[in-house]
Amino acid sequence: MASLNVLAFVCLAYVAFLFFIAFWADRMATRGKSAAWMRSPLIYTLSLSIYCTAWTFYGAVGYAARSGLEFVTIYLGPSLVMICWWWGLRKLVRIGRSQRITSIADLLSSRYGKSNLLAAGVTILAVIGVTPYISLQLQSVTLSFAIFAEADPLRGYNETSIVFWVAAGLAVFAILFGTRNLNANERHHGVVTAVALEAIVKLAALLAVGVFVVWGIAGGIGETLARIDASQIGQWNVDGSRWATITFLAAAAFICLPRMFQVMVVENEDERHLRIASWAFPLYLLLISMFVVPIAVVGLDLLPAGSNPDMFVLTVPLQQGQQGLAMLSFLGGFSSATSMVIVAAMALSTMVSNHIVMPVWLRLQNRQASVSGDVRDVVLLSRRVSIAAIMALGYFYYHLSGGAAALAAIGLISFAGVAQLLPALVGGLFWRGATRSGALAGLTVGFAIWLYTMLLPALGGGLLPEHILRYGLFGLSWLRPEALFGIEGLDPTVHAVMWSMSLNAIVFCLVSLMSFPSPLERLQGAQFVNVFDHSAGPRGWTGSVAQCEDLMIMSQRILGATEAQAFFQRERMRQGGRGPLPEPTPAFLERLERELSASIGAAAAHAMIGQIAGGSSVSVADLLAVADETAQMLEYSSRLEAQSAELSATARKLRETNEKLTQISEQKDAFLSQVSHELRTPMTSIRAFSEILRDAGQLDAQEQRRYAGIIHDETLRLTRLLNDLLDLSVLESGQVSLNITVGTLSEVLDHAVAAALAGSDQPLRVRRRPEAEGFRLTSDLDRLAQVFINLIANAQKYCDAEQPELSVSASMSGGRLHVDFFDNGSGVPADAQQMIFEKFARVSPERAGGAGLGLAICREVMQRLGGDVSYLPGHGGGAFRVSLPAAGEKAA
Amino acid sequence: MGRHVVLIEDEPNITEAIRFLLMRDGWSVDAHTDGATAVEVIRDAGPDLVILDLMLPGKSGLEIVRELRALEGMQALPVLMLTARGQMRDREMAEKAGVTRFMTKPFSNAEVLTAVRDLHAQAGQG
Repeated sequence: MASLNVLAFVCLAYVAFLFFIAFWADRMATRGKSAAWMRSPLIYTLSLSIYCTAWTFYGAVGYAARSGLEFVTIYLGPSLVMICWWWGLRKLVRIGRSQRITSIADLLSSRYGKSNLLAAGVTILAVIGVTPYISLQLQSVTLSFAIFAEADPLRGYNETSIVFWVAAGLAVFAILFGTRNLNANERHHGVVTAVALEAIVKLAALLAVGVFVVWGIAGGIGETLARIDASQIGQWNVDGSRWATITFLAAAAFICLPRMFQVMVVENEDERHLRIASWAFPLYLLLISMFVVPIAVVGLDLLPAGSNPDMFVLTVPLQQGQQGLAMLSFLGGFSSATSMVIVAAMALSTMVSNHIVMPVWLRLQNRQASVSGDVRDVVLLSRRVSIAAIMALGYFYYHLSGGAAALAAIGLISFAGVAQLLPALVGGLFWRGATRSGALAGLTVGFAIWLYTMLLPALGGGLLPEHILRYGLFGLSWLRPEALFGIEGLDPTVHAVMWSMSLNAIVFCLVSLMSFPSPLERLQGAQFVNVFDHSAGPRGWTGSVAQCEDLMIMSQRILGATEAQAFFQRERMRQGGRGPLPEPTPAFLERLERELSASIGAAAAHAMIGQIAGGSSVSVADLLAVADETAQMLEYSSRLEAQSAELSATARKLRETNEKLTQISEQKDAFLSQVSHELRTPMTSIRAFSEILRDAGQLDAQEQRRYAGIIHDETLRLTRLLNDLLDLSVLESGQVSLNITVGTLSEVLDHAVAAALAGSDQPLRVRRRPEAEGFRLTSDLDRLAQVFINLIANAQKYCDAEQPELSVSASMSGGRLHVDFFDNGSGVPADAQQMIFEKFARVSPERAGGAGLGLAICREVMQRLGGDVSYLPGHGGGAFRVSLPAAGEKAA
Repeated sequence: MGRHVVLIEDEPNITEAIRFLLMRDGWSVDAHTDGATAVEVIRDAGPDLVILDLMLPGKSGLEIVRELRALEGMQALPVLMLTARGQMRDREMAEKAGVTRFMTKPFSNAEVLTAVRDLHAQAGQG
């Protein structure tokens, strides 16, 4: 029997060998001399085998011994992914490289608009999901130690201290080789090489045990098959729903587990390796699972009932006295455990450090306003502390759970936990409509259900009170953790996975459909979903001028051609350069970003400039597509704006026109009403007196003559009115034809005074100053005379002085000829001075025979002649001024 | 039987025609042109009938009727309104204001006489 001392020595030696291999590989890589095989698909395939942990190494046999062939599902899931979905993985790898992704949390956060909230959530979920898994590895190492300890009564051993030292040793390894470089995105050649080596060790160990069991114990393949048939394993019924569920879980975990993501995406050297791995890794899984059933069957046969089937790989060789084989087997298990723990701790520490520790630290720093220049040390320290903390978590979890649960059960719970990332991950890769809100909501729902239906019931130990387990949360039976929504009779694993995954996916889709992505999310979404369209081949940014041209093209699409060109021109002037475009200096880029962010928002502008100027692997075509989309939206909205402005202008015009029409219609009504009134009044007199003349028998001659005179006068009045109306209508319609002649003002006035006073018995003295009336006029002198006649007649009618006088004077001022008509009456009252020029306006109570159209006609005439007629207030009597454009000098 | 009418009308020819007609029918006619003083004139004269023009200088016929109806003992006084504006709306407003009969110019003499006689007869019965 190997003593514990030997065992411990072998362990130490093995770990030292791993250290050496890792150190050597790292050295080669940093010197750039790494051998071709180190970059080969073989290493990549082997490193993927960290999927096979101690759970697979020891647990698969135990699983087979307990549940028959169901353990196959654990291998079936990843094999299906590699064979059937390698193109999806290729996309994942391409995105991981083009976006410089450091972890699955980083990937999801990056896809959903660089949301740190999402990254932190994923990190927490991953830590909660993976910690039991790490403790599972520690447990398996402890168990295997215990097996040897039982066989070595000479020496007592302390289980706790072994676990502690194993955990501490792994932490040191992970820290040494996992955090050498600041850039988490760079390959960890040392670790990967060590992991590949361990993959060979565990495969060799399991194959050796299997060969020994089949040919050494059972005595050949035929006998082994006979034993299998005889055992209960062959009789296990295959539960379809459990098979499907666990296969799905294994597949999902293979993609979503942080450590798998680390080796598959982050550590990937060349995406062509995936093509080899797509058949080589399933082959590895086939090899490693080949002897599981024989070992289980033989173990069940050989070992006493009640011995732990999880340890058959170790106990069967021991029972057969094969110390060397047992030692190899132990090393295989040890390898499985250590490789998983190291990579998992590395992956988790990157997530914890980048998404939880650093954001918090930076915020604290900002608050103290003393950001040190170099955060390099802080990042490394935080990552190292994170590794130690994760190992400590695994260690304490192991302590608390007491190592009771079967390995496979813990493994499945862990799988189901990380599988919650799948909807957001796959949605992010293939669906541009997936949003941050959707991812957050789906993850939260899935995680909560997983916690409630799977993790808490499994932990037991008072974490979930008994009554909740039996009667449901709040006593609601449909909230029982193992029979959610009243669905009973399902296998607990199937039940939990079904509810958590389906609700997760449904909520993710629904919330994504209902929420609107931010510009950065849209941009990232496009880059993720269409990663193959624009990341093929090396980047085309060779010179700064080419870069600036692209910036120019992009800016034109966002700002519009004129504005962008003006901006670039300004920048070129500012730089004093001679080329057609400015140099893309940081200052210029900053100003351009500000300019763009005014149009498309800060985030999108930042991303676009960063992508072009930073030369990262997003095609210009894609950026331009986004820019076009934005430009279209802007253009569309500005078109809408213009249309709405046009519409409101039209509406305003219509309203104005309508008001004018209403006004005109009212004026027309008023005019008609007044015309009707003016016509009816003389007609009334005419009718009344003509009836009197007709009907009344005894009228004397004088009366008869008088009444006939009235009828005559009223008829004249009607005629005058009709003439005035026609005259006004012609003037207003603008159809009047002017008869321009040449004459002097005095001639026109002579004619007007004579005409106005002729045949009138009313005395009006007209004072004139003929010496001041020598102005030569070129105008329609008949029309002008008409105006003068009207004004004189008005004075004749309305001047209320005892001895009415009208003085007419002419003067020249401001290039215009003024002819003033002042009388000595009481004038027009102030409140009526404006309205006297309106049609039918009459101020004095006396009828005076006019219809109130005279001044309206005067104004129309004067406007046609290019002049005006106005009332001059403040002259005592009535005072009218006729002004005319001066056509000539005063005739000498 | 002294039948007395007050006539408020600013068109002298129409006043003369009505005066001629009514005097031959046995009325004494008191004619005025100013709207502003019309209410006092009517109140002081206390006529059997009032004939009013609608458009008067100083105060409109409608206002005169309204003020008149507000006075004591003037509610039943027959008022005949003559107007050159014969729109429906004017008629309605006139009736609302308290005009007893509304007549559009130009009217026939017979119409005026009939209306005056009717109004007087009604007032007498009432």
